[in-house]
Amino acid sequence: MIRTIQTDVITENIKEMCIEANHFLSGDMDLAMKQAVETEKSELGRKILNQLQDNLKIAADEMIPICQDTGMAVIFLEVGQDVHFEGMSIEDAVNEGVRQGYVEGFLRKSVVGDPIIRENTKDNTPAVIHYSIVPGDKVKITMAPKGFGSENMSRVFMLKPADGIEGVKNAILTAVKDAGPNACPPMVVGVGVGGTFEKCALLAKKALTRPVNEHSDIPYVKDLEIEMLEKINKLGIGPGGLGGSTTALAVNINTYPTHIAGLPVAINICCHVNRHVVREV
Amino acid sequence: MDKYIKTPITEEVTKDLKSGDYVYITGTIYVARDAAHKRMIEALDKGEGLPIDIKDATIYYMGPSPAREGRPIGSAGPTTATRMDKYAPTLLDLGEKAMIGKGKRSKEVMDAIVRNKAVYFAAVGGAGALLSKCVEKSEIVCYEDLGAEAILKMEVKDFPVIVVVDCDGNNLYETAIKEYCELT
Repeated sequence: MIRTIQTDVITENIKEMCIEANHFLSGDMDLAMKQAVETEKSELGRKILNQLQDNLKIAADEMIPICQDTGMAVIFLEVGQDVHFEGMSIEDAVNEGVRQGYVEGFLRKSVVGDPIIRENTKDNTPAVIHYSIVPGDKVKITMAPKGFGSENMSRVFMLKPADGIEGVKNAILTAVKDAGPNACPPMVVGVGVGGTFEKCALLAKKALTRPVNEHSDIPYVKDLEIEMLEKINKLGIGPGGLGGSTTALAVNINTYPTHIAGLPVAINICCHVNRHVVREV
Repeated sequence: MDKYIKTPITEEVTKDLKSGDYVYITGTIYVARDAAHKRMIEALDKGEGLPIDIKDATIYYMGPSPAREGRPIGSAGPTTATRMDKYAPTLLDLGEKAMIGKGKRSKEVMDAIVRNKAVYFAAVGGAGALLSKCVEKSEIVCYEDLGAEAILKMEVKDFPVIVVVDCDGNNLYETAIKEYCELT
């Protein structure tokens, strides 16, 4: 059975999700931030983590964005193959939602229309939209506004098969070390392993939208997530990069089959304002 | 050590600030980030003056979210200072004394800090809502067409920062990490 969805419903949801994501952290992130205050070894680190707790409360109570960088709107649309859209084009509907959310929600407009000419589009459009077709008659929307302090510190490494798992570990540690204070630690580290050049970057981005208290279903990947979080937190970078034992809150790794000649690894770093809101329409 | 200081942050003030000090700033600071810095340096290259009084100025690397009605500013946390490294030495040599941002600085900036007895503070990245509460007044000085990147003049009260690089070139980002690093 084909189900018809009006695209203005998508617009309305995207608008609300832009505002929600920028003022309220998801439950998994909120919990991780609270736990970090308990375990941080550095006094200055604890002071910073407590400031971040206060910041979250002020943001929610007074509707002030958690961070002034309210991000470029990254949206994953998982569209059921039995869905038929009616109304404006789905791309226009998504961008209209972003436009309304960022203008009406007092969110910062951080997008320039051309990477070299750099004129601000004044409404934070266009969004970066990743579509996938899935079974069913629903649309799953994941809205993940991405700030660029941490985005700028993200990396892709085209490793060789001989580099193996040790190569992957080194790539992750190198990216996190280089990011240091720039990426607003404590960070969340999204990793993509396998696929092609662009596929591993997308896997890493998607990994950031997985709740930070959930591990991979693949046993060796889960072990790698645990090991890498432990190693990263021994780097000493700490909250704000000013020293301490909380450098990352989670390492989320996604994998995909790859070519006999390659081992692509992407590390997408996110700050502690790791925003993701999910809705099903 | 906790310290309370007032702007202008002169050499008299910076010489008593040490890497690692927790400092509360009260007074007037300027706000400028990427595009505003580019435009200021272009003005200097053309032999024009700067749109702000740079002597003993404090520049906060920041681009706020829009203010809701009745508020001086929206969310107002620091942006990555590294991107201003290309421009900062010129401004420091012209008299800028304090920078507020987050993230690593280049060797050229470190040298310019020591040469000019200046200071680099970090504010906590991602604490924009909290930091906005320390802003009492904000007005656009120039470059309004740059939107969130316009130059602002702000009055702040007890604005919390940490001395990362002091006027002797001590760098908290390097020293603090060593203290907690357990990975060889």
